[in-house]
Amino acid sequence: MSPFQLNDPGSSFHDLLQSQYPQLFLGRSETLPAGSDPQKLLQSVPHGTTILSLRYRDGVLICGDRRATEGYTISERRIEKVFKTDKTSAMAISGAAGPCIDMARLFQVELEHYEKLEGTLLSMEGKANKLAQMIKANLPMAMQGLVVVPIYAGYDLKRKMGRIFKFDIAGGRYEERDYYSTGSGGRDAKATLKRLYRSNLSPEDATRVALEAIYDAAEADVATGGPDMLRNIFPNVKLISKNGVEDVSDETVKTIYETMMSELGGR
Amino acid sequence: MSMPYYVSPEQMMQDKAEYARKGISRGRSTIAMEYKEGMLLFADNASSLNKISEIYDRIAFVGAGKYSEFEHLRKAGIRHADMTGYVYSREDVTARSLANAYSQTIGSVFSQEAKPLEIEILVVELGEHREGNGIYRIQFDGSIHDEKSFAVVGGNAEALSASLSEQYVLSTLKDALQLCRKLLSEGEEDKGDEGAFEVAVLDRNKKGRLFRRINKKSLEKYFKLQ
Repeated sequence: MSPFQLNDPGSSFHDLLQSQYPQLFLGRSETLPAGSDPQKLLQSVPHGTTILSLRYRDGVLICGDRRATEGYTISERRIEKVFKTDKTSAMAISGAAGPCIDMARLFQVELEHYEKLEGTLLSMEGKANKLAQMIKANLPMAMQGLVVVPIYAGYDLKRKMGRIFKFDIAGGRYEERDYYSTGSGGRDAKATLKRLYRSNLSPEDATRVALEAIYDAAEADVATGGPDMLRNIFPNVKLISKNGVEDVSDETVKTIYETMMSELGGR
Repeated sequence: MSMPYYVSPEQMMQDKAEYARKGISRGRSTIAMEYKEGMLLFADNASSLNKISEIYDRIAFVGAGKYSEFEHLRKAGIRHADMTGYVYSREDVTARSLANAYSQTIGSVFSQEAKPLEIEILVVELGEHREGNGIYRIQFDGSIHDEKSFAVVGGNAEALSASLSEQYVLSTLKDALQLCRKLLSEGEEDKGDEGAFEVAVLDRNKKGRLFRRINKKSLEKYFKLQ
């Protein structure tokens, strides 16, 4: 937001950070030392993979697997990629884990900061636009390979419906009607979503569809983590409705997977 | 050539203090008070311009006096808290650090600027346990007071403080609300008009951000309870 007065930094935390702590600002452009190989460097940075979102009867569901990879190595088995950003919205992240998590944290503060200063919540549209601007500011980093590609989903209190937004690295913001999936296993997950998606799914059915999509992505994509029954690590699922953001518990997810896998057998 | 008048520093400070006090005494009062499960903030305020605000997870702000001036300070406080919480962590944001920052700023305005701030503010924090609670009162000249159990700012602060120190007991939210209403309605003609109050709590039963406003409807419910 442009400052109203000369000495007033406005209501955006992102802008405040840029003006007061430029060294902490995400989009700063740093040149790599001469002779370094960006490709090799990138392989030593953990990357998050498959995330998805779909609309259901009461709002919108958002989900992510738990794996992070460094090149061909699994660097993290329990990483969380789905973050509650305010009372009625959440974002899931894929791309370079560090900048992704940083952006999610910054976006959480951004929304809270605005709410406290202005005494009112941003509209769903306004939040998605702000996130798009933050991704656009990250473009110099994205050009060096540190890409941040989130899905933003939330319940629009004015329109009384769940909404899904996807982004490109240049800050493009697009709204999806029914479902969307991205990340390395995104294509496989999308195929499952396309096959199983119906409008007005119950929360239980929507959860099952999401979990099956992650399962299929994990089957086909090495960078996506499926259910780990041995260690009890399961994808994160959040249901967002007018009542807020609700976590689907690991026990529920485990039960769904057990039923699903016995039904699928070796298929 | 006209000679500038000499004014002794003592006289200047006295004049400034008198000016600030006069400004503050014109406004209505706000009470901050501990209750069993949190901290109650109760303002005599009929307008939609807030005197009470959330600063951070466990910290709230109360302003009295000139709105434009304490609004400026409120925003500066939120920026300070959010920045600290982002750079370090959420638990590193404390009311004491914030109260000190306020005290420094207000103090330097008082000694350096021609016009002092006509404000008095409270920075209130709800600790993990009751012993960790903090109520900091900061005056127009930057002087800072660490209050126990309750504090009052605004026009009628002295009288209200005196009655509170006689009547205050650590009670439930319902009793605390009724006591505040009784005190703030004394000597007022529009008795019982709940629309004229701005009320919020830091609620120990909540998680994360503890600040919660109590709207007119639920306030009336509390007042009807016996």
